[in-house]
Amino acid sequence: MEAADRRRLLGEMVFARRFEERCAEAYHHRDIGGFLHLYPGQEACAFGVQERARPAYDYVITGYRDHVHAIKSGTDPKAVMAELFARETGCSRGRGGSMHLFDAANKFMGGYALVGEPFPLALGLAKGIQLQGTDQIAVCFLGEGADNQGTFHETMNMAQLWELPVLFVCENNLYAIGTSLERSTPVHDQYKRVQAYAMEASQTDGQDVDTVMASADQAIEHVRQGHGPYFLELMTYRLRGHSMSDSGRGYRSEDEIKEWMERDPIYLFRDRLIAEGILTEAEFEEMDQGAQQRIDDEIIPFAEESPEPDINELTRYVLDDDPGPALGRVNEGGK
Amino acid sequence: MAQAFYWDALRRAHDEELANDPLVFAIGEDIGLPGGTYKATQGLFEKYGEHRVIDAPISENSYTGLGTGASMTGCRPIIEIMSVNFALLATDQIINAAAKIRYMSGGQVACPIVIRSPGGVAHQLGAQHSGRLEKVFAGTSGLRVVTPAFPADAYAMLKTAVRCNDPVVILEHEAIYNLKGEVPDEEHFAPLEGAQVVREGSDVTLIGYLMSTHWNLAAADKLAEAGISAEVIDLRALKPIDGETIRASLAKTHKAVIATEDEAPVGMSAEIMAVINEQCFFELDGPPVRVTAEDVPVPYNEKLERAAIPDADRVAGATRKLLGSS
Ligand SMILES: Cc1ncc(C[n+]2csc(CCOP(=O)(O)OP(=O)(O)O)c2C)c(N)n1
Ligand SMILES: [Mg+2]
Repeated sequence: MEAADRRRLLGEMVFARRFEERCAEAYHHRDIGGFLHLYPGQEACAFGVQERARPAYDYVITGYRDHVHAIKSGTDPKAVMAELFARETGCSRGRGGSMHLFDAANKFMGGYALVGEPFPLALGLAKGIQLQGTDQIAVCFLGEGADNQGTFHETMNMAQLWELPVLFVCENNLYAIGTSLERSTPVHDQYKRVQAYAMEASQTDGQDVDTVMASADQAIEHVRQGHGPYFLELMTYRLRGHSMSDSGRGYRSEDEIKEWMERDPIYLFRDRLIAEGILTEAEFEEMDQGAQQRIDDEIIPFAEESPEPDINELTRYVLDDDPGPALGRVNEGGK
Repeated sequence: MAQAFYWDALRRAHDEELANDPLVFAIGEDIGLPGGTYKATQGLFEKYGEHRVIDAPISENSYTGLGTGASMTGCRPIIEIMSVNFALLATDQIINAAAKIRYMSGGQVACPIVIRSPGGVAHQLGAQHSGRLEKVFAGTSGLRVVTPAFPADAYAMLKTAVRCNDPVVILEHEAIYNLKGEVPDEEHFAPLEGAQVVREGSDVTLIGYLMSTHWNLAAADKLAEAGISAEVIDLRALKPIDGETIRASLAKTHKAVIATEDEAPVGMSAEIMAVINEQCFFELDGPPVRVTAEDVPVPYNEKLERAAIPDADRVAGATRKLLGSS
């Protein structure tokens, strides 16, 4: 990877971190409502994998902790923040919210609140790819807690049976809200669980973006070459609570949190670039300042100044705007 | 115009839609190589191949989700769920996902899936194979729900459902697949909205759908012998319900009998009554009457089973009582 690309990637990760921190502030100011799940600590997962896939070409789908996956897919951060502020200019027109970001143009097929629900949807994206005969892949990011859902087993079974082009990325942050991995399944290594379905799988350090990229290269190559699905487990940690209503303490020891803070993916990557001589401390500061400025000067004002949805459009988008097809007005000879 | 079995009308619609668009596919348990529990896809595995007529493992929720995900990329899946009782396992994908994705995405992502599933009481299948779950789907924003009662509707509504850009639930009936009826030879499409007057009359309006439409038609015959002229409305769509066709009929008859195969509590009859109350109140001579299943899991014993579910006699009896006392 070129030095410039490595600096760009770090810049994107720093931006994502600052973006999420700014969301927390906005939440406390009540500019953002509902549930809010933030990503700090796990950045190397989304950035490492999506950097090596083809954003806006490959499909991406995930759960409720979805801001960063959308942004890395190419969604304008202004549209993400506007969505969180419930504005018409939001990437889901203010109808979705934090957990339901969508950006079809960039092939970001949504964030979903139901744990485990995206597994089958990802399989379907891959089925669509198969029937359309492109060399796209579908990438599904979910937490390790989702692996205890029936959809996990049902989906892994069908994905391998039909060898569909889907990459499952398990962001194993060791906790499902307050319940630890050890307390929810006897099989702690998640990649071993899919091996029961004869699926190719591996486990990698999810804090080191270089390691993630290397593993992602292998996994993506496997899927894109038509060898069927792949399950990539990334060992990671969320530095904040599960959502804004969880401190992240109580069920995790201070020592454990401290240990993982020392493996913060952004500082790991920063220190490596500095050691490689392609970044200085001062340049990093500048990068960080620039990210914060962009958020404060462009992104937040855009969200604040955007209009809310028109109340007269409350029931729009429940069904197709055009009732013609449902009424049997089919353009004969057409599709 | 040819006579066709209900199942064969469905098979023809599948065949035409698979031929029309390479992104149409069918998925369900035993629908491919085995030819389909109800023969609705018979011969199509051989014709279109295993990638488009797919035998799914017994994973209702996840193969329904597979269909939804594929629909988000432009495919038009027809998902068969062997029994509506099993569709309960798929309600996360149907109700939490497919029904809400267009809305949650602010109109960006459509989910043009078709889910076909039979329900109702057939013959001593027991409590777990006799569910009538229309209330579950007809109460969900973002879905269309239709109930073709005749072979012609089964054909033409399935075809429209495939072309429709909304998720469509087609509720079929275990005991109707072998019904024979006229199906026009030329390709055609029926709307997924709008009730139909399937028998004209002037004294009373019998309202039903799917199996209860057949009871109502038989009841109308019996009532005719007693000199009562009953109009029969087949709702055809449960979401949305066509209140206008009901109103037009009640403007003539002023009396309504609602027959449903499901239980009364929070059931379709309650919704139909509410529609009448809101849209047709001033057309009525007196309160509408409903004939529904008993509030009981459907028993295995044949006598008990028959007692649990209405039939033509019970509809005719309730109608006579309504007319006698009004
Ligand atoms: C079906 C379902 N059950 C429960 C919940 C409540 N819930 C939300 S997130 C969560 C934990 C999920 O943990 P994991 O999959 O590891 O993801 P993480 O939040 O750690 O990224 C739970 C139980 C839900 N949203 N959906
Ligand atoms: Mg977790």
